[in-house]
Amino acid sequence: MNDTRAAQAARHVTRTSGQRKLSQWIQQLVFVGPATFFFLFIVIVPFFLGVYYSFTDWNGISRQINWIGIENYTHILTKDPDFRNAFWFTVRFTIVGIIVTNLLGFVLAYLLTKPLRTRNILRTVFFMPNMIGGLLLGFIWQFIFIRGFSAVGEATGWSLFNLPWLGDRATSFWGIVIVFVWQTAGYLMVIYISALNNIPKDVLESAEIDGASRWQVIRNIILPLIMPAVTICLFLAISWAFKMFDLNLALTGGGPFKATESVALDIYNEAFTNNRLGLGTAKAVIFFVIVAIITSIQVRATKSREVEM
Amino acid sequence: MDVQSKYSARTLILEIVVILLGLVFLIPFYFLIINSVKTFGDILSNSASWPQQFVWSNYVEAWKAIDFPSAFKNSLIVTVVSDLLLVLISSMAAYQMVRHPSRFNRILYFVFVAAMVIPFQSIMLPLMEMASTYRLNNSMIGLIISYLGFGAPLSIFLFHGFVKNVPLEIEQAARVDGSNRYGVFFRIVCPLMMPMFVTVIILNTLWIWNDYLLPSLMLSSPELRTIPIATYSFFGQYTKQWDMALPALVLGITPIIIFFLFLQRYIIQGITAGSVKG
Repeated sequence: MNDTRAAQAARHVTRTSGQRKLSQWIQQLVFVGPATFFFLFIVIVPFFLGVYYSFTDWNGISRQINWIGIENYTHILTKDPDFRNAFWFTVRFTIVGIIVTNLLGFVLAYLLTKPLRTRNILRTVFFMPNMIGGLLLGFIWQFIFIRGFSAVGEATGWSLFNLPWLGDRATSFWGIVIVFVWQTAGYLMVIYISALNNIPKDVLESAEIDGASRWQVIRNIILPLIMPAVTICLFLAISWAFKMFDLNLALTGGGPFKATESVALDIYNEAFTNNRLGLGTAKAVIFFVIVAIITSIQVRATKSREVEM
Repeated sequence: MDVQSKYSARTLILEIVVILLGLVFLIPFYFLIINSVKTFGDILSNSASWPQQFVWSNYVEAWKAIDFPSAFKNSLIVTVVSDLLLVLISSMAAYQMVRHPSRFNRILYFVFVAAMVIPFQSIMLPLMEMASTYRLNNSMIGLIISYLGFGAPLSIFLFHGFVKNVPLEIEQAARVDGSNRYGVFFRIVCPLMMPMFVTVIILNTLWIWNDYLLPSLMLSSPELRTIPIATYSFFGQYTKQWDMALPALVLGITPIIIFFLFLQRYIIQGITAGSVKG
């Protein structure tokens, strides 16, 4: 046994450095090559091609593609009410959506870390909507808003349920918020539960002995201790809300009269309904820049928290 | 985190409130399921009540109309193949980048992580153009390749964080015993990475199984449709035909709900691990 090991070591030493280099190169290629190849081909090349196309009049049909400078960008920023509307809708939706879903997610987590007998099954119930993709969810809720709500309205006489939920500017906005919250609150609940479970029990016990009220405990002890989870949940929700597409497409299709059209849906329509692909890629570049800014703020916020802890 | 562990009257009231809230969360499922077995007239006249008669034939028709077996098979193939290839190529890439942190690998890792910021809308139009140039459109292979490229950054990021915590001593011992690099990876490191394999597969499954936009742009033939695509095109044809649409939706959500109920523990763990690191 020792002999073979020594022999191997000897062979290892006598191997020329050229051979070793070659085998390292092969190893690098085998391990990193496939992922890098697909990533370059699917993400990096199309991304830069898109930046190039955003300065052209590309329409997807004609072979002639002309460089038109920043014309697409000036058009979007000055002459495109659809993009402006989509942008403001997305911003409003993101702000309202993330606040409501985080509040509900936290409250559910807080209640479901109490010693309730049914808490495991309830966690399952609240989390389940998240399994269903946005497209099917949107269709399911289309039925709920059109038929289900009116049935509830007839039974109870509450006028809230008799509104034309998806047919009106204001209510369709809240309709999408409702479905978004129904879909995402359970996911955030899971993250909040794991954060709440990590709070040391003695901290809470001593607070109770000192006579702190329930609200004081939440505000002054629990919230500061779960701040990392709050950051994660806020930015997860921002990312979902800001990039919303499937849910929007299936529930309202951006209607009525583009009142609920998200930026992602506007880019899609610009490209595939209006066939202005150059303009669509320019919108996509702007979209990317905004997402990148939000994400870099997120990374910075998360990092500074880590230092504090 | 709970302080009082006794089950007081207060807790009972709390429990009732949360159960009521849970029922509110379940109401959409109630509406969906009871109306899926009604006649069209019954749906319109009383959406909230119990069906006057159960029309199971709705399901037979919806099953045929969306060609459920084919859509299910396509979704399953795309998800399983993409999942397996993604964990293979990402774990290998992450392993190499951690164990051989050359300047090139550090820059490459940075590019992978930075690319997580890119939203799908920013690459979709040129990607479709390239897919048709290279004849990858309207094929399962093209769709799977797209998932490999677009899914690689997050998967590599998760594996990278995990491999960093795998002790080097185990690998060194294996090297001394004569295993080559590939043997070390597949026989020693892979089994250690099992928990992260599960996490990555679950996160990617939820994304790929439910994804609508990419397959809708990639696949045009009806026989290649995945469940979301089949559902969408079905809705286009049968707008407001709820007696057909609702059973189709129930069929569409059943596989992923079953997946969830069976693997709930792992899914919750995977989401917690994935989000804390993501």
